[in-house]
Amino acid sequence: MNSVDKVTNILVVGIGGQGVMTATEILAEAAISRGHDVKKTEVAGMAQRGGVVSSHLRFGPKVLSPQIAPGEADLIVGFEAAEALRWCHTLRPGGLVLMNTARLVPPVVSGGLYDYPADPVAEIRARGIEVHAFDAMAIAIELGDMRLGNSVMLGAMADHLPFPADVLLASILRRFQARKPEMVDVNRRAFEAGRRADAQSKQAPVTA
Amino acid sequence: MAAISPASSLPASVASNPRRLLSGNEAVARAVWESGVRVAAAYPGTPSTEMLEVLSRNSPTDLYTEWSVNEKVSLEVSIGASMAGSRAFCAMKHVGMNVAADALMTFTLTGANAGMVIAVADDVGLSSSQNEQDSRTWGRFAHLPILEPADSQEAYAMTKFGYELSEQFQVPVILRLTTRICHVKGLVQTGERVAPVAGRFEKNPRRWVMVPGHAKARIPLMFEREQQLRAAAETSPFNSIDEGHDRRVGFVTSGPAWMHVREAFPNAPVLKLGFSCPAPVAMIRAFAATVDTLLVVEETEPLLETELKAAGITCHGKDFLPRIGELSPEVLKPAVARLLGESVAAPAALPAAVFPRPPTMCVACPHLGVYYTLAQLKNVTIAGDIGCYTLGAGHPWNALDSTISMGASMGVALGLDKGRGEADKDKKVIAVIGDSTFLHMGMQGLLDITYNRGNVTILILDNRTVGMTGGQANPASGKDIHGALAPRVNFAQLVEALGVKPERIHMVDPYQLPTLFKLLREETKIAEPSVLITNRPCVLIDEYQKQQAYTVDTDKCTGCGNCIDVGCPAIQVQRREKAVKASGKEVELQFVAIETAACTGCGLCLQPCAPEAIIPAVAVQSINVMKKH
Ligand SMILES: Cc1ncc(C[n+]2csc(CCOP(=O)(O)OP(=O)(O)O)c2C)c(N)n1
Repeated sequence: MNSVDKVTNILVVGIGGQGVMTATEILAEAAISRGHDVKKTEVAGMAQRGGVVSSHLRFGPKVLSPQIAPGEADLIVGFEAAEALRWCHTLRPGGLVLMNTARLVPPVVSGGLYDYPADPVAEIRARGIEVHAFDAMAIAIELGDMRLGNSVMLGAMADHLPFPADVLLASILRRFQARKPEMVDVNRRAFEAGRRADAQSKQAPVTA
Repeated sequence: MAAISPASSLPASVASNPRRLLSGNEAVARAVWESGVRVAAAYPGTPSTEMLEVLSRNSPTDLYTEWSVNEKVSLEVSIGASMAGSRAFCAMKHVGMNVAADALMTFTLTGANAGMVIAVADDVGLSSSQNEQDSRTWGRFAHLPILEPADSQEAYAMTKFGYELSEQFQVPVILRLTTRICHVKGLVQTGERVAPVAGRFEKNPRRWVMVPGHAKARIPLMFEREQQLRAAAETSPFNSIDEGHDRRVGFVTSGPAWMHVREAFPNAPVLKLGFSCPAPVAMIRAFAATVDTLLVVEETEPLLETELKAAGITCHGKDFLPRIGELSPEVLKPAVARLLGESVAAPAALPAAVFPRPPTMCVACPHLGVYYTLAQLKNVTIAGDIGCYTLGAGHPWNALDSTISMGASMGVALGLDKGRGEADKDKKVIAVIGDSTFLHMGMQGLLDITYNRGNVTILILDNRTVGMTGGQANPASGKDIHGALAPRVNFAQLVEALGVKPERIHMVDPYQLPTLFKLLREETKIAEPSVLITNRPCVLIDEYQKQQAYTVDTDKCTGCGNCIDVGCPAIQVQRREKAVKASGKEVELQFVAIETAACTGCGLCLQPCAPEAIIPAVAVQSINVMKKH
């Protein structure tokens, strides 16, 4: 195996405004703190206008191409149900899809031009893919703020990384410590709630 | 099961990383700052915008930055600064160079005084542009050197080198970036800043006054300089060979394409060009002799390939590789397999069919009212322009008939008017343009309309910002790049000065649909140029004031769907029903809800709602409270 093969590929997907890029940035910081070389890239053409966002994170001893090739993602993190389905073909055999079951319906669907997939989780599983699905939005609202969804999703990833969960948590908390110290505690709780949701979702089949 | 098996643990010595995670744009900005640049100017454009945004965070006394009105002006400002003896920087997206080209093509003759780097960002793959074009062409056209970084670290290093090269050869240097450089974050080892120094302007008409006699004398110097630059490229450390034992195919590549080649073919010899123009042909010829087949891998145009073939070097390129869009390992692998006559591996799993998510206008965007109204007008042709309002071409408005280039709505509308045939005799011609686009290149077009007595109704959508690229300031903002108070252009006075009669100029509130409709109807009937200027700010800037949110009284909603035609993303269809009208016609009813958390109360959707089913959200809350008690 040459060094290029030891690169970890994580694809985080969702729509503009959901915090996809921030989540990947936090993951990247965690990987850097472990001494990895890192590249992070987005396809976010007009993301600000509610479009699709896919954020690629690659880290390892040395990273060349910033994009994850189709069929080579180790982990796909879907911030929205249909988006997880849209990108699931990029997963490598034996990889994992972690996903929020919450749905964000765009005007073209609401307006009747297209249908929302009936059951995104089932459709992904039908491809023989392991899926951990849970309603991150509901968890965040329960904790008191929709914006905590980001930390919930990060928490859910924490046990699927090539470094301990604490490294990722530290990277999240560092950010809030610097910008919004009053938010440190609730984000820690959101992170832990995400971790639990991930562990539980292995057992219960869910419908998105 | 863990998705990722823990990698072999890393040595403790690298556990903390002294390098910074920077995007290509941030890395360039850092290098510009470290290089002691004193003047930096740009007009925003994806993917180049962040370079100036980052630079503008410095104090203006330390480093002057500006949002210029267009790319040509930004280049001219930089030229002046370089003449004055200050290092200068200018950034633009690929199409910006088309606008700046007139200045560039003569600036190459005068050359730079203090160092000057022009960063041009190609949107390879068109993530947010009106076309795809290869800015490396400009280097060849203008006989200027091109540096092509492959990642953030190189973007940083080449920018710094660019200033040295610029001063050594008295030449402006083109730093060619692509979206995959500008917006990819990677680790960068930064350095120290050299203090900015200001030289002085030396009067020298033979050098700076490009009249034919003077320019003629400069042309041979330009060609001499090109030969010297080629010699420099032949020995530049930015042009290097990655050794490889699999010599069946050797690659010549530049910019981000290099990463993809290395990723896909780790064992192949690769000649990587960073200082790619003028091409180091001797170096490439020597490399070619060491491999069985030479493949030139360059994104979009076969510029290098054509040059190598002209130099008699046998190579492949676009006969196997695509000429459109981004390259990547999965594009390169099958192409090289075909070149080697090997079988091509089947593609990985196919994507699931999922609805598209086209970009939408924002909740309460003032453009919504304009497009709702335009969609109601019959018998019109609408020349559009570039900005958020280009989205008016899409669902549900379909109210825009052309988009070409910045400012083109004006000239195109006049041409539609003058060129109309019998079939379009009664069509009204309307032009729609944003504030920044009008000030960028629309003013001249309007002058052409008034001077040549065209019959066009013009809508200037003044939302006081450059919305499309993320809300940068412009002369319509009343603020400069730092947010400090600046003169705000008076559009009414401006268009009057450009020849529009005062009685044909109207300020209009885009949230008042009946007024907007009436004005547009009246003005399109009058056979002379008229201008309607909207007066509401972009919802993403500080000037926008949120109002009380609305909600739908479901008891009153009749499912007529009129509010959906506004196109606000906060309005969502909850339920559809088939119904038969009194006339016997079958219709689909659409019952809606408003996402109250997103609604900012612009009030647009209430206006087409006949049953008055859209009501303030507070009213409902208090009703619920009353019900509870
Ligand atoms: C020559 C050129 N330069 C820059 C751009 C990038 N760009 C696209 S639209 C736009 C301006 C949009 O501002 P405005 O006209 O005020 O409309 P808004 O988006 O605010 O509605 C810019 C700078 C471009 N497409 N072409």
